Amino acid sequence: MAAQIYGLIATFETVPDVYHAAQKVRDAGYRNWDCISPTPIHGMDGAMGLKRSIVPRISLAGGITGFCTGMLLIWYADAFTYPLVVGGKPYFSPMFAFPVSYELTILFTAFATIGGMFLVNRLPMHYHPVLKYDKIPRGMSDTFFIVIETRDPRFNAANTKALLEQVGGKDIKELEA
Amino acid sequence: MAHAEHVTAAPAILQEVKPADVPRAELVEHNRSFTWITDKICGIIEDKTPAWWWVCFSVACLVACFTVGGIAYVVATGVGVWGHRSPVNWGWPIVNFVFWIGIGHAGTLISAILCILRQKWRTSINRSAEAMTIFAVVCAGIFPVFHVGRVWYAWYLFPLPNSNVIWQNFRSPLEWDVFAVSTYGTVSVLFWYVGMIPDLAVLRDRFYASGNRIRSFLYGLFAMGWRGSSRHWSNYEMAYMILAGVATPLVLSVHTIVSFDFAVSLIPGWHTTIFPPYFVAGAIFSGFGMVLTLLLPLRAIYKLEDLVTQYHIDCMCKITLATGTMVGYAYAMEFFIAWYGANPYEGFTFINRAFGPYAWAYWIMISCNVITPQFFWFKSVRNNTTFVWVLSLFVNLGMWFERFVIICTSLTRDFLPSSWGVLSPTVVDIFTFFGTFGVFSVLFLLFVRFLPLMAMAEIKAVTPQADPHAGHNILTDRAAAAGKH
Repeated sequence: MAAQIYGLIATFETVPDVYHAAQKVRDAGYRNWDCISPTPIHGMDGAMGLKRSIVPRISLAGGITGFCTGMLLIWYADAFTYPLVVGGKPYFSPMFAFPVSYELTILFTAFATIGGMFLVNRLPMHYHPVLKYDKIPRGMSDTFFIVIETRDPRFNAANTKALLEQVGGKDIKELEA
Repeated sequence: MAHAEHVTAAPAILQEVKPADVPRAELVEHNRSFTWITDKICGIIEDKTPAWWWVCFSVACLVACFTVGGIAYVVATGVGVWGHRSPVNWGWPIVNFVFWIGIGHAGTLISAILCILRQKWRTSINRSAEAMTIFAVVCAGIFPVFHVGRVWYAWYLFPLPNSNVIWQNFRSPLEWDVFAVSTYGTVSVLFWYVGMIPDLAVLRDRFYASGNRIRSFLYGLFAMGWRGSSRHWSNYEMAYMILAGVATPLVLSVHTIVSFDFAVSLIPGWHTTIFPPYFVAGAIFSGFGMVLTLLLPLRAIYKLEDLVTQYHIDCMCKITLATGTMVGYAYAMEFFIAWYGANPYEGFTFINRAFGPYAWAYWIMISCNVITPQFFWFKSVRNNTTFVWVLSLFVNLGMWFERFVIICTSLTRDFLPSSWGVLSPTVVDIFTFFGTFGVFSVLFLLFVRFLPLMAMAEIKAVTPQADPHAGHNILTDRAAAAGKH
């Protein structure tokens, strides 16, 4: 039995090549496809037709949680469980609670941002068909690829291969799933 | 209608004006390819360990033993073996703490503030500067933790539930500092690690290709299965930008809160509103001093001149000059306010700083922090790498003395002459501080040997090859198109 095919991968040598190819693949209406590059390419989101990342929303939620945690923690510790007069000052005031809440806002935002980025990207994913491709070390260093998955509704072995050739892709190979 | 016409029709003069071609400094010289960048930076890790590394590492380990020994002795006997005693209850350990935490600040400045200001020259130096930040925070953390006396109770600094229902006093800047420094350490590590993921993936695949499966596995474990996907890059870049965005107020707040440790007290010479900006400027000044101290030798050893160009050194020297001058301004302003404020204690403190028993420390501070950076006005100085390196050492020295002067002169001569005293460090103080340079060097050498010294993915992104429009300038293209019509 033949191995299941994950998709087709095409090689591109330069950034402009892969950038313009991505625009054409986007315009051909593909949805389950990806570009592989060693460095972020400026404007690639637009060329691939990607939506704005949702990571900032997760960060915002993290930040709000952090600030509330700080305020609640200080109120709970200094005004609720063990109220203690220090220097005749109030048990709780948002003024003196602010620096700690501020730091916790930043701490929680950072964790939410990174956690959110991993979650949205579905990482860690140590096994992936693309990583089995024998030229992938070059894709991490100096070469660019476009991968079109078989699960894309428009995928058709012959037509997709023709498209990748037409947009300038070299060395088009099938990726095992 | 005439108005609308005026807006739509291009003014005739535009046809005659040629867009000025202002050359930008190249961030990677000799038009190096992506392959060259990968090979160069991975080569540092893949090559056989050089002899100099073993020599430096051995010396660093030996020096680090002084801290280990000093700390062990303090824990075994008590903080009385340190030199601070009434009236100076914050002696060398707090000087050292502020010194090291300040050094860290340049790393975050380079990685975060320069990132959101789109200063592309940060890409070659941010990784090592962030590493410096983390290791400096490690060295800084040693001092307050052991300064509490009974180090096994240091966890009382954190609001953890305990059977005595003892909670922290959140009205105290010292408690704010616990949160500021621990957040700073954590966020710095996260930022550093996230920036490193794509580079770890490069190493994972290179070690796999060369047959070293153990190292490939270890790098791969931390690379999280990164595969350079553009869909991933999109979220990754957004996350990185947000981290830079939150690290910026963080770095400013950390040294602000460190300065609150002093400014919120009533001690003359400390109780001033100038402290937060003055401390932040000083921290960035000292941090850039340390970046130059570390990076210039590495650049020479690993022949990284194409990646850390003269332009990078120029930029760093100029920031050192700017922040050093701000620090000089703060010194002058402190004096002015001491006179203008007409508070006799404040006035006395400053006269005492400059002409009292610790005048030698004050003038070392002024020479190193105010005079030294002024050399950076001259291009010939900035082009002389050796001289820049020597000047950076003076910056480091001067900033240690700044903290010493602030703590020592204010505490030894406060309100009541009957309570005046002197501070003289013990050998334990000196050894413990000396050893932290070893601790720092050990960590930094391990970083140089085992982790990518520079952010490969980010450097590649600022080269001309990474431009999807292949170097076409929108302005010149438009002018050419207009010429054709």
